[in-house]
Amino acid sequence: MLLAGVGICRMPDLFLRLQTTAKASTLGVGLLLGAAAVALEDVSVTARALLGIAFIFAITPVATQLIARAAFRAGIPLWEHTGQNDLEEQRPRGAPREPHLGQRETD
Amino acid sequence: MSGWQELVCHGVLGTLGVSLLLPLYRLVRGPSLTDRVVALDLLALQVAGLIIVYSVYTGHSVLLDVALTLAIISSLGTIVIARYLFSGPGGQP
Repeated sequence: MLLAGVGICRMPDLFLRLQTTAKASTLGVGLLLGAAAVALEDVSVTARALLGIAFIFAITPVATQLIARAAFRAGIPLWEHTGQNDLEEQRPRGAPREPHLGQRETD
Repeated sequence: MSGWQELVCHGVLGTLGVSLLLPLYRLVRGPSLTDRVVALDLLALQVAGLIIVYSVYTGHSVLLDVALTLAIISSLGTIVIARYLFSGPGGQP
């Protein structure tokens, strides 16, 4: 978890920040829940910890993937040393655009 | 609770408290909206971890429910904000 904090502070780019925080925080919360299940020694606590581990391992990568796709579509600038960019031709030109509420425009 | 277990709990609580400051820095300074969303998600997960360690420290297993709910709600909130970010002009996924 401390490594995730250092990563979100030091990484030069949104996408690198995403990948360093998602994995570290998922593993951190999972291991802490496992430690709580071992330390408290109760059946209900163990069941809750297993349920929590399953939920977190299921939901956090989905949220990270959605955020990364939304950021890429919105045209957030990449780090200048990023080597491979397979989706370059689908990337919108120009400055990052702002999201807006309400009905989607059909263009 | 034995002595070394209490010592480990103190150490982990201190480490998590220090690591709470780093996403807070990114939350204040973040150059774009998505940076702030990611920082908020990480902050909520770290608070959930802090609550888990505190529940082990005090022996109150009820606090685990609080931590679980916080983690799940924060991840769902991140998904909802990602849907909102898709909603710009030409933002079909």
